[in-house]
Amino acid sequence: MSTETIDLKSKLIADFRSQEKAVNGEAQSPFYQTRRQALARFEDLGFPTPKNEEWKYSNVRNLVGRDYNFSAPHTLTQEDLNRIAIPNVSGNILCFVNGKYEASLSTIVSPADRITILPMRQALEEKPDEVNAWFGKMADSQQEAFTALNTAFAGDGLYIHVPAGKTVEQPVMLYFITDTRTEDVASQPRNLFVVEERAEVKITESFLTLGEQHSLTNIVSEIHVGKEAHVEYYKVQNEGGTASHIGTTQVVMEDRSHFYSATVSLNGAFIRNNLNIALDGEYCETFMYGLYFPDGKQHIDNHTIADHRKPNSQSNELYKGVLRGKSTGVFNGKIFVRQDAQKTNAFQSCKNVVLSPEATMNTKPQLEIFADDVKCSHGTTTGQLDKEALFYLRSRGISKPEALSLLMFAFCEDVISQIRIEPIREYLEGIITQKLA
Amino acid sequence: MLKINDLHASIDGKKILNGINLEVKAGEVHAIMGPNGSGKSTLASVLAGREDYEVTNGEVVFEGEELLELAPEERAAKGIFLAFQYPVEIPGVTTINFLKTAVNEIRKYNGEAPLDAAQFLKMVREKAKLVKMNDSLLKRALNEGFSGGEKKRNEIFQMAVLEPKLSILDETDSGLDIDALRIVAEGVNTLRSPDKSTIVVTHYQRLLDYIVPDYVHVLYKGRIVKSGTKELALELEEKGYDWIKAEVEAAHA
Ligand SMILES: Nc1ncnc2c1ncn2[C@@H]1O[C@H](COP(=O)(O)OP(=O)(O)O)[C@@H](O)[C@H]1O
Ligand SMILES: [Mg+2]
Repeated sequence: MSTETIDLKSKLIADFRSQEKAVNGEAQSPFYQTRRQALARFEDLGFPTPKNEEWKYSNVRNLVGRDYNFSAPHTLTQEDLNRIAIPNVSGNILCFVNGKYEASLSTIVSPADRITILPMRQALEEKPDEVNAWFGKMADSQQEAFTALNTAFAGDGLYIHVPAGKTVEQPVMLYFITDTRTEDVASQPRNLFVVEERAEVKITESFLTLGEQHSLTNIVSEIHVGKEAHVEYYKVQNEGGTASHIGTTQVVMEDRSHFYSATVSLNGAFIRNNLNIALDGEYCETFMYGLYFPDGKQHIDNHTIADHRKPNSQSNELYKGVLRGKSTGVFNGKIFVRQDAQKTNAFQSCKNVVLSPEATMNTKPQLEIFADDVKCSHGTTTGQLDKEALFYLRSRGISKPEALSLLMFAFCEDVISQIRIEPIREYLEGIITQKLA
Repeated sequence: MLKINDLHASIDGKKILNGINLEVKAGEVHAIMGPNGSGKSTLASVLAGREDYEVTNGEVVFEGEELLELAPEERAAKGIFLAFQYPVEIPGVTTINFLKTAVNEIRKYNGEAPLDAAQFLKMVREKAKLVKMNDSLLKRALNEGFSGGEKKRNEIFQMAVLEPKLSILDETDSGLDIDALRIVAEGVNTLRSPDKSTIVVTHYQRLLDYIVPDYVHVLYKGRIVKSGTKELALELEEKGYDWIKAEVEAAHA
């Protein structure tokens, strides 16, 4: 194994410059301008270090010291996909391998008048104005180096548009599969989901790996939730032990809209999820559920923001973690209540069970409230397994491992039961049961 | 069935049991009484296998086998049941699922085939009727949000389902109104048989009107300081514990 590290930042900047020479008329497009500005920001910011408060517990040094192939070929077949995919999920399946859209592994079943689903490059050609109206307007490329980097290299990913008043019955399932069977692979998908007024859609992003080489995914999804729209958004992470993931989901909600989310991180070497929700309308309601289950030397970091910008909205957050082995977990939950956001209700809770003395959990709730008439509560708990409960179960004849798995399953089920797509719920329950066995 | 010899136990270095001797034969009901803090729950917990307690001396033989070597689940499988003074609330685990797991784990331990869903449900319904346990409680998370009385009834219900050889009821009567008390006692009495024994821990005589004991013991400062028959319970009811405390202090002086 090579221990040589490379300067990924310089390499990426050089890549951008050399690609730039090939860009012709496109150079003047708003899309390209946004990319170029983002690259300049990335150049200034560089990769974050633990000196950056937001990255205090998540050191990316090792993962940005590798010479990944950013356009790695793959040999993934339909059989491979069937083998690792979530069983029984029907609906719209959009498959990305090593960051590139694979039409042959994808199926779109919903009628075109209800939803537009296009690979980003095609959307830019066919609907540049629609894309440019939102692209880069929500996610923060100013302060977030990884977002800036993703924006600079935007082009792969998915564009979804749900027109006003339309309900998309069939779920939309995005697979991001990293095939590392031959080399170290990196990808930077960039998604844009625009859900117009009164529209409804369920979107899942699922991350899987094949192979033993290293990988890095740096993904950004921007989601616009129009007035009275309903969006369900799930993120399922079940990657390999050598996979790193940095992901940002930036949501902007308008009046009376609903955004319902669950982020379940079951496997992966290094995971950093940023879920940022701007409640930019009145009477919005959002739910943020999360579950993480690191083991071995895995590291899982969830940063969330509920940014209440207007009055009368509500955010509800419940994150739960089970930590084993020498794993580390991070939860940082920010609630901002701006001066205008009177009558805000904001609830946050993060509960962790640390099953091994060598595992560590860092939690940091962060409330910044500038309005006076608000209801906010937050609480984090990190503890060992409830010994009383364990003894109670054992005293009834239930063996220690079985009792442990009953208790831990119940602990996780609190979040899993919130997932409203049954095959995904069953898939997750299956993996959790296996992990507990 | 059960023989306790000179049992000493402590927690966090604090001595709580100071030489307990007790023999319970098959079919007998023993009551253990005594003031608060005298070690009754500790004794019950040590018998059930709670690991927080350190046994510093003595032995416990159950059906000819050294009990203290066994894990709590093995003791349960061999027929020991503790009705907790403070039953634990377990969110997310339904009573019915929990009991099914318990029944089948015990069967597995004893080399029996698991009950299928239908057999199990039929058995559970019968037992629930016995202790007038509402079916709706079975589907709820174990003890979560149950009233004090419901929790105690749930303990007796579990006892009925698991059919232990030796039941230890730790203050199952406290917090029960008279009707609930009667139901619990009826449950216990129905399950009484010549090959089953019961240890009833209480500090009121009240329960003993319904579950009539063969022997009554007084536990004080971690020792059994007096034993007798059910008349002793009546005497304690009438005179309180002070005279016993005085006797113990006098003997030490
Ligand atoms: N977990 C514990 N840690 C420290 N002391 C304890 C613990 N449990 C019980 N004790 C002490 O042991 C003594 C006996 O308690 P217990 O067995 O509960 O008495 P009883 O059931 O007779 O009221 C009391 O002094 C109590 O404070
Ligand atoms: Mg007690």
